[in-house]
Amino acid sequence: MKARRIIPIQPEPGSALPPDERAAVRAAIAANKQRAGALLPVLHGVQDALGYVPKDAVALVAYELNLSRAEVHGVVTFYHYFREHKPGRHVVQLCRAEACQAVGAVALEAHAKRSLGVDFHGTTADGAVTLEPVYCLGNCALGPSVMVGEKLQGRVTPQRFDKLLAQARATA
Amino acid sequence: MLSIVEKDFGTPAPRPARLWKNVGMRSGGDVDVAAKLVTLTIDGREISVSEGTSVMRAAALNDINIPKLCATETLDAFGSCRLCLVQIDGVRGYPASCTTPVAPGMKVTTQNAKLAELRLGVMELYISDHPLDCLTCPANGHCELQDMAGAVGLREVRYGYDGDNHVYAKQGGEANPRFVAKDESNPYFTFDPSKCIVCSRCVRACDEQQGTLALTIQGRGFDSKVSASQAEDFLDSECVSCGACVQACPTATLSEKSLISMGQAEHSITTTCAYCGVGCSFRAEMKGEEVVRMVPNKDGHANHGHSCVKGRFAIGYATHTDRIYKPMIRAKITDPWREVSWEEAIGYAASEFKRIQAKYGRDSIGGITSSRCTNEETYLVQKLVRAGFGNNNVDTCARVCHSPTGYGLKQTLGESAGTQNFDSVMQADVIMVIGANPTDGHPVFASQMKRRLREGAKLIVADPRRIDLVRTPHIEAQQHLKLRPGTNVALINSLAHVIVTEGLVKEDFVRERCEIESFDKWRHFVGDALHSPEAMEAVTGVPAAQVRAAARLYATGGNGAIYYGLGVTEHSQGSTMVMGIANLAMATGNIGREGVGVNPLRGQNNVQGSCDMGSFPHEFPGYRHVSDNAARDLLENAWGVNLLNEPGLRIPNMFEAALDGEFLGLYIEGEDIAQSDPNTQHVTAALTAMECIIVQDLFLNESAKFAHVFLPGSSFLEKDGTFTNAERRISPVRKVMKPKSGYADWEITQLLSNAMGYPMHYTHPSEIMDEIAALTPTFTGVSFARLDELGSIQWPCNEQHPEGTPTMHIDEFVRGKGRFMVTEYVPTSEKVNAKFPLILTTGRILSQYNVGAQTRRTENVTWHSEDRLELHPSDAETRGIKDGDWCGIASRAGETVLRASVTERVQPGVVYTTFHFPESGANVITTDNSDWATNCPEYKVTAVEVTRVSQPSEWQKRYREFSERQQELLEARDAADAR
Ligand code: SF4
Ligand code: SF4
Ligand code: SF4
Ligand code: FES
Ligand code: FES
Repeated sequence: MKARRIIPIQPEPGSALPPDERAAVRAAIAANKQRAGALLPVLHGVQDALGYVPKDAVALVAYELNLSRAEVHGVVTFYHYFREHKPGRHVVQLCRAEACQAVGAVALEAHAKRSLGVDFHGTTADGAVTLEPVYCLGNCALGPSVMVGEKLQGRVTPQRFDKLLAQARATA
Repeated sequence: MLSIVEKDFGTPAPRPARLWKNVGMRSGGDVDVAAKLVTLTIDGREISVSEGTSVMRAAALNDINIPKLCATETLDAFGSCRLCLVQIDGVRGYPASCTTPVAPGMKVTTQNAKLAELRLGVMELYISDHPLDCLTCPANGHCELQDMAGAVGLREVRYGYDGDNHVYAKQGGEANPRFVAKDESNPYFTFDPSKCIVCSRCVRACDEQQGTLALTIQGRGFDSKVSASQAEDFLDSECVSCGACVQACPTATLSEKSLISMGQAEHSITTTCAYCGVGCSFRAEMKGEEVVRMVPNKDGHANHGHSCVKGRFAIGYATHTDRIYKPMIRAKITDPWREVSWEEAIGYAASEFKRIQAKYGRDSIGGITSSRCTNEETYLVQKLVRAGFGNNNVDTCARVCHSPTGYGLKQTLGESAGTQNFDSVMQADVIMVIGANPTDGHPVFASQMKRRLREGAKLIVADPRRIDLVRTPHIEAQQHLKLRPGTNVALINSLAHVIVTEGLVKEDFVRERCEIESFDKWRHFVGDALHSPEAMEAVTGVPAAQVRAAARLYATGGNGAIYYGLGVTEHSQGSTMVMGIANLAMATGNIGREGVGVNPLRGQNNVQGSCDMGSFPHEFPGYRHVSDNAARDLLENAWGVNLLNEPGLRIPNMFEAALDGEFLGLYIEGEDIAQSDPNTQHVTAALTAMECIIVQDLFLNESAKFAHVFLPGSSFLEKDGTFTNAERRISPVRKVMKPKSGYADWEITQLLSNAMGYPMHYTHPSEIMDEIAALTPTFTGVSFARLDELGSIQWPCNEQHPEGTPTMHIDEFVRGKGRFMVTEYVPTSEKVNAKFPLILTTGRILSQYNVGAQTRRTENVTWHSEDRLELHPSDAETRGIKDGDWCGIASRAGETVLRASVTERVQPGVVYTTFHFPESGANVITTDNSDWATNCPEYKVTAVEVTRVSQPSEWQKRYREFSERQQELLEARDAADAR
């Protein structure tokens, strides 16, 4: 049988977060708590500060907004935007929308996954790169489009993709 | 899976009809007298239903069954599966019948070729991602998905079964990333996501019905799946195992383990939960004489199809190996037990009692009834004592919980019972919870209360401890009055002070309905600045501003309803506090209609009933004093004996008399005084002093370890009878299997009575109820036949109220005019000092029940396997105690050892524990102090000191030795049997 527990005493919500992350989550909560529909702004605040929404942050956010953990988890997983795992140092967003698909994004996607060895939402083993799909970056005339970090790149061929990533890896 | 006998009408009845007195979720009383009727045509038939009914329900009420999957009657319509589409003349497209309300003149078509095609398409999609192992599936025989596939005529699935799916662990030789393995962590049910159709009925059941919100739909689109909390095992999640989701699930995804192992039940019998005072109605789904599962009854007037982990799942104790099925006797408690025939056991018991009476006098024996027994059993025991023993030495365990309620409400309002039904809470605007912990103690009612709170009612909690209700998802108390234990009366007086001095009294109500003299006296008393919140702050520890805000909210926030529990009664001033509560309700006019009232939350299933049935030494059934000549004459005639006009001994007096050598024989039915009564060492000393103790119980409980005769009792599944819940509701208990020991409890009492020389000849408990009805004015309209007809009845039920009385004191109080009582605050003599600087208060927990004799013998121990001592981090720190440490708790009465839980739930200076496990000895430390009026023990306040220790207390060691010795004596019996 599973380890026995005593239900009513639950650990302090979010107590497993490292102190700095906890402070960041608390700040995101404090900044948005009073707003109607505070949950989404709070989650955005957390992701902006930490790059993702850690599991333990969900407990803390739920507690502070007086929601259940399940509710917050439902919202976090509903939006592709929110990440549940710490992203790599570089987030690469690859456009999968129509215009880009028409000019080679499918092949690029296959190449990207192969060369990085990850699927979408995955992070390379060395923690350097996270690959994310995105639907139109507003750069349709110059597809296939890719965002590496904050920087938008057009006409990305597989070769250019590898080069861009090599550069990115070299920077940090 | 829904009950096997209930029809699902798809969507709930419109709200006003649901609130109507004594109406279950779906009973024929669907047509609300007050609501407007709407007439429409469905499939050519003219149909009239209440305004607000859905097209789906209107059709179902007339036996036109529209296919559906995401709709079920206990939940609001959701409209996601698109299987229930219909055509409505003049409306474009195909609206979902579950989300479309009826309208006058509407013409609805539920079946035609186009609808059939649409439905088939929907089903195909579902089945393409569903396993096809129907024959071996636990839901087989009662699966809604299977039924719908049948209803729409599904014959093939064009998409095939090889696509992306959630069904198979492997796909094309590789692990299928979408597949999630079965979760069997909960001891009572399993979650098999491969069978899930993502209808979200479980999620909505947890949200709407239970109010725990432990489930969610994770992800979106084809990725959507049900997740408990953050994709955890159910056991690790926020789930409290109420079973609502399991019941709501249309597939086998969520299934009871008992159903999986036993298969579908073949018949169902309606009965009543034997745990708490909510008194939920259940359908015992049976296979022969075996219970497959307990399903909450949608027609249940107290629970409307909801349940908690105890009533729904924790029935394993009824067949636990610890149960004893044969009578046993022994001359001394140091002798081994001897199994004997029923004749010998009863004969021995009767001869001992007669011998004791002959030697020490008529008053030297007595009986104790239990709030866990049925009304009929309780009635018989008190009759046996009064008529058979010839004295009034009968008392009940309600002495130790709600006797102050009886006394206090009788003095002020005129009737010893709560004023409302549970449904009344749905009309409350301000809910005040005092000294009660509904989410643990009365979970199903708590769910209803939480529903009302989510709708916007305001909440005031007065409790030393931060109970869950104070802050729980979507609910937050406006005021938490965190008072010091033992200062209830000071608090209620200061609340009253604010109401009186700030002009918040409902003058016209008071003038018209109450004794004005008593009111003036009271107003003068509480108006004194002595009672102001500012003056009382030092006593109660509650900031004055909070008290003022709470008083204003209660008096002016609309319908104000008070719910209270043992945190009110189990004090030296328990009765005073009950009267203080009644004063407050009368002064603000919060009594005599729906949505208001004074509501005791009764602990055990039949606390109300055992009090009603005359279990107290001073009262005959129906709360008539033994000195009331008319009542005595009536009973003397009916029973054919002379009755004493003097009250007999209360439980504590019995103990005193035993120690003085004057009280030597005790018949205890279904009660465990050695564990549940305060100051255990004193109790056991008294028990040891007696010459013949007869214990009638399922188990060799703590008291039975001191007994000379053991009569094996029957569980609530093995007998007929009635329980009366906290709202005065009498509900039927039905025999679903024959008594495992051969006799139901009422039969055993009858045997004993006959052997004692007072004849009883009942052939069925219904005859006992008939006798009760004939002799008790508030019960005259009650009978088993009537209960079958109405489902349940709230007393008073007589000529004036043939269907019972949901709300009391409507036009006048039962005693005529309401009486205000002056409630002077007298601090308890149990004071903290340097030696005992902390206050210990006690309570309980959701998964366990009372002394735990039942729940400890079920899988509920998964959640709570030991009692712990909660203490505040600051108190823990100064004593060097860490979470999980063993700590000794010493009071003036005794000492015990428990493990510590360090938590801010309790305030500094206060420690808290539960009393579900005998070896914890929580009552070794509680003292002899008791309520001045009723002797209800002061469980809630004991001055203690806590220290870190490394070993059990002396008492625990002695307890362990004694228990081991008694266990040996029990096993010695087994050996004798084998010979
Ligand atoms: S058992 Fe009850 S609390 Fe647990 S998930 Fe199901 S509905 Fe929610
Ligand atoms: S578990 Fe059952 S109730 Fe919940 S979504 Fe799946 S099929 Fe529906
Ligand atoms: S223990 Fe109480 S709330 Fe739970 S099912 Fe039984 S009567 Fe209902
Ligand atoms: S489609 Fe790729 S950027 Fe718009
Ligand atoms: S039953 Fe109406 S949409 Fe599912």
